[in-house]
Amino acid sequence: MTKAPPVPLLLGGKRSDGRRPDEVRPLEMEIGVITNADGSAVVSYGRTRVVAAVYGPKEAHPRHLALPDKAIMRVRYHMAPFSTKDERKNPAPSRREIEISRVLREALEPSVFLEHFPRSLIDVFLEVVQADGSTRAASLTAASLALADAGIPMRDLVIGVSVGLINGTIAVDLNSLEDQYGEGDLPIGIMPNLGHITLFQLDGSWTRDKLVEAVRMAYRAVGEIYGAAREALKKRYFEAVQEVT
Amino acid sequence: MPRYVVPRQLVYPGDPIATTDYEVSGPVYIDNGRYRSWCLGLVEVRDERTINIVPLEGTYRPKVGDTVIGYVTDVLAIGWELDVRAPFSAYLSVHDAVLKPIDLESVDLTTLLNIGDMVVARITDIDVTREHPISVTIKESNLGRLEGGTLVEISPVKVPRVIGKKGSMIGVLSMLRCDIIVGQNGRIFVKCGDVRDEAFLASVIRRIERESHTTGLTDRIKETILKYLSERGHQ
Amino acid sequence: MASITPWGKRIVPVLKRDSVRRAVQSGIRTTGRGLLEYREIRSEVGVIETADGSAVVRLGNTQVIAGVKAGLGRPFPDAPNEGVLIVNAEILPHASPYSEIGPPDEFAIELARVVDRGIRHSGYIDMQRLAVDPGSSAYVLWVDIYVVNDDGNLIDAANMASVLALAHTSLPGIRRKETGEPSLDRDNRAVLPTTDRVPIAISIGKIGDKLLVDPDFDEEYSLDGRVSITVANNHVVSAQKTLGYFTQREVERAIDIALDMAPQVLARLRHGSP
Repeated sequence: MTKAPPVPLLLGGKRSDGRRPDEVRPLEMEIGVITNADGSAVVSYGRTRVVAAVYGPKEAHPRHLALPDKAIMRVRYHMAPFSTKDERKNPAPSRREIEISRVLREALEPSVFLEHFPRSLIDVFLEVVQADGSTRAASLTAASLALADAGIPMRDLVIGVSVGLINGTIAVDLNSLEDQYGEGDLPIGIMPNLGHITLFQLDGSWTRDKLVEAVRMAYRAVGEIYGAAREALKKRYFEAVQEVT
Repeated sequence: MPRYVVPRQLVYPGDPIATTDYEVSGPVYIDNGRYRSWCLGLVEVRDERTINIVPLEGTYRPKVGDTVIGYVTDVLAIGWELDVRAPFSAYLSVHDAVLKPIDLESVDLTTLLNIGDMVVARITDIDVTREHPISVTIKESNLGRLEGGTLVEISPVKVPRVIGKKGSMIGVLSMLRCDIIVGQNGRIFVKCGDVRDEAFLASVIRRIERESHTTGLTDRIKETILKYLSERGHQ
Repeated sequence: MASITPWGKRIVPVLKRDSVRRAVQSGIRTTGRGLLEYREIRSEVGVIETADGSAVVRLGNTQVIAGVKAGLGRPFPDAPNEGVLIVNAEILPHASPYSEIGPPDEFAIELARVVDRGIRHSGYIDMQRLAVDPGSSAYVLWVDIYVVNDDGNLIDAANMASVLALAHTSLPGIRRKETGEPSLDRDNRAVLPTTDRVPIAISIGKIGDKLLVDPDFDEEYSLDGRVSITVANNHVVSAQKTLGYFTQREVERAIDIALDMAPQVLARLRHGSP
């Protein structure tokens, strides 16, 4: 199944982009980038960049979609036509994007107190503007930060990371080369305070031990990304302090 | 049993605050015997056993009795649909809008309130099973149609800061001698004799929103207003 | 297209949900099954004569048909020496009061893609033997999943039906025109080249801190979490959390349950086919 990559994925303990297996790419996060939205965030994992916007809670339209005892959530994950390295991506929603929209919604819903807003709607829009692997993991983090920015009540943030198997070694935060040529990919989303896993997808070929180890590694990587997420939220408030003191 | 936070600490969604033997108020939930924050907030330790979390972000949650500022989004048969910045629409019936009964056959409702018109209203009832879940009235003193002036929208959770402890902040703002109506839904109406004062007051309110989580804010705002007043006086 | 919190199955009598949950919390199920016990698996292959391979699987009352059609097409540019696998799923309006007429919705798309990844990453089909002319022509295997009755756990049933249909697929031969251009010869057939790495999907539900396999329709809307783990030859080849959340320990237990159950389910599937 596995085809040979154009460059070695792992050489002398270093990955093709120079990282150690357990090393996350440089992270960039900024909150409140879309002033029109109730909440927004832009999140970069290396070259992968996602813009998230949250609108709501607002009246649910069409009304027949509304639930009497809680808010409904609408999640759209979409890749910009110019976001891919090779050919232009057709902007029409693919089956992959529809499925990812669904798994991201299922990953966010356990974190949000939807029952606080019966009959209303919370919109979460995710646009991948530049893709270099781990787009759904970065989207999840961006969505969660935008929800926090919107002040929507939530049990915890949800932080996404992908863990993969390259040349038999477990590595975190896969880039697109590793995603394409590695032996396995495990995108995972974790609520850091509660320790709950809300996104869990996997493909490849994993023994039990490697898989259990990969999940443990995901928790560690999530801890690091969560630290950056907290910093980003803090920056939104405590830059204002510096302005005035 | 432990408390996990210190005064004025910034807390994030999911952060543990204290065990449930403490008195914790604000945007918190209980998970496994512990209070956790459900949004970004600042810790206020009131005494040994009492903690309050002040939310830094939040949406407007309508309550009966709230004074809100809304605008007309539709003119219906015997009333108006209003946007009050809540997850559902509000309804103002003719009976709650005019003092004397009117003849609905002959009076065109748009002559009373038309689409886009702004009102300050009080919430009288909430029932999510209705088409317009929020009912409001404008048939009380200090309520009614708003004309002229400027509207400032801020995050609803910052409204208490604009009012201040025991009205301290609003007291400072009133030095400008303008009309100020604060809606619980984060809409604030200001109207001054001088259009420059109005623009200045609006900018001051936006600044209160931006710096709501900082200490000594009332004093800084007071300073700014005094400075503005003295400079204006010299013109 | 965006994903919206679904309406249909969410509103059920609280009493029904509570009784399912209470039973599971005390280690039993309202249907009398054990927590780690599958429903009866009945299967039949070759049920559709017009297909190149087909099977129907009944998992309890859940009923899924899979039909395989072979065609010729261009291989993917990044795999010029391999055949092409395309899995599609339709949840028929017959299947439950909640299924709607229309193109596949997010549930049908997820169902197809989860089954697809299980087959693909297990290496069950020897895709390299499905190349015809490298780079220009290859077999295209269409697997169409039809959900006829939804009594829960569609992923496991759809996976079983697809695997059985593929196991009994006869591949049309290749005929060449004078120009050398290949076309299908449906009169001369060979067995589809498969391997011993049979993918078996094991869906695990969570209620409170209890895990159970093969949730039925009533159980599905009482769950706090659900994950489907596909196993082939003692390796996990695909997984998808489709509902709720799990703790780290629960995920590890779910992996163990899947690795443990998959050979048993495979054995029962083999016995179920005539």
